[in-house]
Amino acid sequence: MILKLEDHFWVDNMDIINAIVLLLNYIFVPALSYGSQLALGAIFVSLIYGILRFAYFTAGDLMSFGTMFTILFTWYFQSLGISLGILPTALIAIPFGIVITIFYVLVKDKLVFSYYRFKKSPPVMLAMVSIGTMFVTQAIVRIVIGPFDRRFFDGEKFILKANEFKEMTGLNEGLTIKSTQVITLLVTIVVVSVLFWFLNKTKTGKSMRAYSDNEDLALLSGIDPKKVVMITWVIAAILATIGGTLYGLDKSFKPFTYFNNMLPIFAAAIVGGIGNPFGAFLGGYVIAFSEILITYAYKKFFIYLLPESIEPDSLLQLLSTDYKFAVSFSILVVVLLFRPSGIFKGKVL
Amino acid sequence: MFFFSGENMTGGYGGADIISSCTITVNRGEIVAILGPNGAGKSTAMKAMLGLLNLKSGKVSINGKDISKLTPQDRVKEGISFVPQTRNVFTGLSVKENLEMGAFLREEHIEEIINEIYELFPVLKEKSSQIVGELSGGQRQQVALGRALMTKPTVLMLDEPTAGVSPIVMDELFDHILKVKKTNVAIIMVEQNAKQALSIADRGYVLVTGENKFSGTGKELLNDPEVRRSFLGG
Ligand SMILES: Nc1ncnc2c1ncn2[C@@H]1O[C@H](COP(=O)(O)OP(=O)(O)OP(=O)(O)O)[C@@H](O)[C@H]1O
Ligand SMILES: [Mg+2]
Repeated sequence: MILKLEDHFWVDNMDIINAIVLLLNYIFVPALSYGSQLALGAIFVSLIYGILRFAYFTAGDLMSFGTMFTILFTWYFQSLGISLGILPTALIAIPFGIVITIFYVLVKDKLVFSYYRFKKSPPVMLAMVSIGTMFVTQAIVRIVIGPFDRRFFDGEKFILKANEFKEMTGLNEGLTIKSTQVITLLVTIVVVSVLFWFLNKTKTGKSMRAYSDNEDLALLSGIDPKKVVMITWVIAAILATIGGTLYGLDKSFKPFTYFNNMLPIFAAAIVGGIGNPFGAFLGGYVIAFSEILITYAYKKFFIYLLPESIEPDSLLQLLSTDYKFAVSFSILVVVLLFRPSGIFKGKVL
Repeated sequence: MFFFSGENMTGGYGGADIISSCTITVNRGEIVAILGPNGAGKSTAMKAMLGLLNLKSGKVSINGKDISKLTPQDRVKEGISFVPQTRNVFTGLSVKENLEMGAFLREEHIEEIINEIYELFPVLKEKSSQIVGELSGGQRQQVALGRALMTKPTVLMLDEPTAGVSPIVMDELFDHILKVKKTNVAIIMVEQNAKQALSIADRGYVLVTGENKFSGTGKELLNDPEVRRSFLGG
């Protein structure tokens, strides 16, 4: 009798652990890396909004532009036989992609945006202009690399495979950790730390925050607006290329997907309080977790936790993954309606 | 010959002239008050002297040098510092960062000057790492003054430095302004608190519809029956 009872409890505990591993595997780990990729995009959108004062609709396609050049360099290095062993070759191609993207945004600013800045055009007009540059950027990407889905990952794919995890732990559920997920997280931590160190501790970084805070007073204090604008673009190009490449390594590179990612990126920036880069960073995770939590099918999770008699037959999915953009969109609308300055305080749109 | 002067300034914001033939002068170590009703063009006259406004005619000069054609940024480099009436601090930055931004063009001795400012305004030292947006109105005005002083200006223009503060804080701020004057700075200030302003000012101008209506020493203006009747409330 007693033995049987103990046996019963033991099985229950295993079920709970299995259920937790299930969530880790399908929600936590993917949302953490997807959130980092969104965060990198949202930070530069927020920065551009704070300093140049307009919504930069080219964001998604700038990420695709930077990623494309990183891919071209990756192919070039592969053709030369250069590789990083277990790490993806793209990591050494990123700096080259960044340089070209910086060049591209600076030329774009000189040829297009500076004209409207000089004319002191209203923010809406600049946003419209950035839709124009979005189409141009899209066209460039399609002409150079085409609209197709491409994988450019090489190296060791997994850090932890589901089977290995099952053998190690004896659990039913496997936990998979892809190397791209760990790379994403590590690179994001480094990039974001350096960026916030720059913004908060260096004279140039502080002058950018001052300019974003109060442009007129910044000018009276002798802060050079040209330099501030240029550095903003450079940071945007760096973040766009890195964020885009990490996303492409983790999933795949398809220009249209990058264009679509603009919605969650803007949602993240606005949730974080647009103009507030740190809020945007957190916003990236808010959006990624919401999206994945809401589109995940919880059936298996409840099968582990509930007694057999009341186990669910439906998928228990709040929203099909086809509609994942509806999540960002809803969050966007709700934030704009009820807290337009964002959860983490930014400028009011 | 005055150290800093705007002579016969005429101009506006693109439409009708807001100031016409307006003249304001100041010497080093002197406080000059600009008084007048709301909308008289007091702020506009100050902006004109800083170059934030295109003048149709008139001349602005500092230390004998004509600076009428210089941009505001270049006038700042000539030693003129300005505290605007509104939005005169970086609200999202800390007190210390505000001061640092004031000294943006300076390469060295920044810490030294910050310490001098802290001596002048002890409360800023106490709150040095606090975000300015969280300070009281009077403390903010001190940050604004401190930021403007970071360039070690020879001319300081203050647009309503005591706006919205209590009488006690106002007296404190005036004390600070007198201390700044003793460091041989030329000070022009626009004030709504006319009596108090004239009592610390060496000279004053009363502007009405953009023109000099009265001018004289602080005492003269305080005792002028017409000025008293129309601007000082009896
Ligand atoms: N940026 C601007 N563009 C157009 N008109 C302006 C601008 N700023 C001020 N004016 C106009 O110029 C006139 C004088 O304004 P100004 O701010 O110089 O007055 P003031 O004497 O400083 O008043 P107050 O005591 O209320 O501060 C007003 O009629 C105002 O409407
Ligand atoms: Mg005024």
